[in-house]
Amino acid sequence: MKSIIAEDLVKTYSKGEVRALDHLSLDVEEGTVLGVLGPNGAGKTTTVRILATLLKPDSGRAMVGGIDVIKHPEKVREVIGLSGQYAAVDEILTGWDNLVMFGQLYHLGKKQAIARAEELLEQFSLTESARRPIKTYSGGMRRRLDLAASLIVKPKVLFLDEPTTGLDPRGRQEMWGVIQELVKGGVTLLLTTQYLEEADQLADEIAVIDHGKVIARGTSDALKKQVGGERLQIVVDHSHIAKTMEIVTRVSKNPATLDEGMRLISAPVSTGSAALIEALRELDGAGIHPLDVSLKRPSLDDVFMSLTGHAAEEVKEEAKK
Amino acid sequence: MRNLNDIFIITRRQILLLVRVPEVLIFSTIQPVMFVLLFRFVFGGSIDTGQPGGYVQLLMPGIFVQTVAFTLAGTASGLAEDMKKGLIDRFRSLPISRSALIIGRTLGDSLLNIVVLTVMGITGYIVGWRPTGGTGNMLLGFLFLLLFGYALSWVGVLVGLSAKDARVVQNVSFIVTFPLTFLSNAFAPTTGMPRALQYFAEWNPVSTMVAGCRSLFGLETEFGATAGSFPSEYPLITSLVYMVLVMAIFIPLSVRKYARAAN
Repeated sequence: MKSIIAEDLVKTYSKGEVRALDHLSLDVEEGTVLGVLGPNGAGKTTTVRILATLLKPDSGRAMVGGIDVIKHPEKVREVIGLSGQYAAVDEILTGWDNLVMFGQLYHLGKKQAIARAEELLEQFSLTESARRPIKTYSGGMRRRLDLAASLIVKPKVLFLDEPTTGLDPRGRQEMWGVIQELVKGGVTLLLTTQYLEEADQLADEIAVIDHGKVIARGTSDALKKQVGGERLQIVVDHSHIAKTMEIVTRVSKNPATLDEGMRLISAPVSTGSAALIEALRELDGAGIHPLDVSLKRPSLDDVFMSLTGHAAEEVKEEAKK
Repeated sequence: MRNLNDIFIITRRQILLLVRVPEVLIFSTIQPVMFVLLFRFVFGGSIDTGQPGGYVQLLMPGIFVQTVAFTLAGTASGLAEDMKKGLIDRFRSLPISRSALIIGRTLGDSLLNIVVLTVMGITGYIVGWRPTGGTGNMLLGFLFLLLFGYALSWVGVLVGLSAKDARVVQNVSFIVTFPLTFLSNAFAPTTGMPRALQYFAEWNPVSTMVAGCRSLFGLETEFGATAGSFPSEYPLITSLVYMVLVMAIFIPLSVRKYARAAN
């Protein structure tokens, strides 16, 4: 069964001049994770806001948990959790205050709200800071508390809009751990991200969106295959560049390319590790000891580049309003 | 019932905010108290009111009205802040009615007014204010003041949800409330103003509120109001009409704006 269905969503701003969503369609199978991947201004947040009942589309249809988002937004709100790009919690109140308040607004009784708050604080390792105002929290802690607030009633469908944007690498790792735990619990998750690595790590399936449209969709592996096979990459001393180029070209049966600054020679290969071993043997035979050798699978960056013709990070932030 | 409970929880959040940062309460009280003292001792000596008890009798209703008028700014900047932080989005994704959040907030801001008015009243008493209209009328006067603040709070909701920046909200609210409170009979007689302004001042809701409170607090003469005109003859009724009008217009507008609020 599909937990999330969006069909032909169109949303324009500024009297139609800015087209945030241009007939966007997607769906998410129950209990799976869809990563919506795209640069700033691609329409990720608009999609989430429509699915989470915060925004009405100009046209199109959307169902969440089997409920029509446009016709019965109040019923949808009972089954979803939403965590946005910034931590949407009251900074002046403590973590405990926030969770109890939101619990009560989800109509748990006071006792239940308190019990659930404490449970969540424990689950997200925030018990020690529970009685401190949120403004004293680190970025990662705020995001965890925000996520906790969206999980109070154990939602069937969870929307995470760029859950790690702005976090440092450690905060990001922690957040990934937390999200992976959640997914094991069976929630259906739609996650937006501009980090290709994040979609790769967390999502079962990825929808790449650009200019308000889904331009590609599939598993991470399938998308990578679309771009082509693996690349053999070898770094050598300056003196060995010419000879290495020759060897790599021969092994790959494709012309090798050279990144002069990095002294990195690379070429696409179709035989994977066999090609790697062959190249190393030849290099050894020629008395060359490479400084670094790798067989690189195409990254989602490469995927994005080949699908859109521009890199994910290069796109300037468009008016997202 | 559920709806009432949601409103109560939001109102409690407003109180909790004051408990967590008591400075807000302290400073929102210090300012009007300072006004009472400054006006009482700076202008009080030089304005002859021909009124037993002196300027402070006329001043207190004026300052009360001015203070509750600033509820507009308080509500507006609080909501603008919530918008900026994304809190409004979170509230809107909860299974609560669209109006619960803003009703809860306007009620919370009124509770703050109760505290502020009480402290101001005590300060006024210390510096010589003596309402003589009886306890019942005095309480009615305070009720009017709270209602006035509550009505303006709804204007604040619309301002706060419409603006994108809390600082702009603060400025806009001041630009609206300052002329309203000074182009009135609150601090000085309107008789010295140019004709057109006198006319404005007479119909100004701040003037009718001030005049209404003065009569409830036992003052007989109005402060410069032209005798005979409807607002000066019936200041309480006029004020009530204003408040009902403001709420009738701004509550639906604000609720609609909130339901559509985008970030």
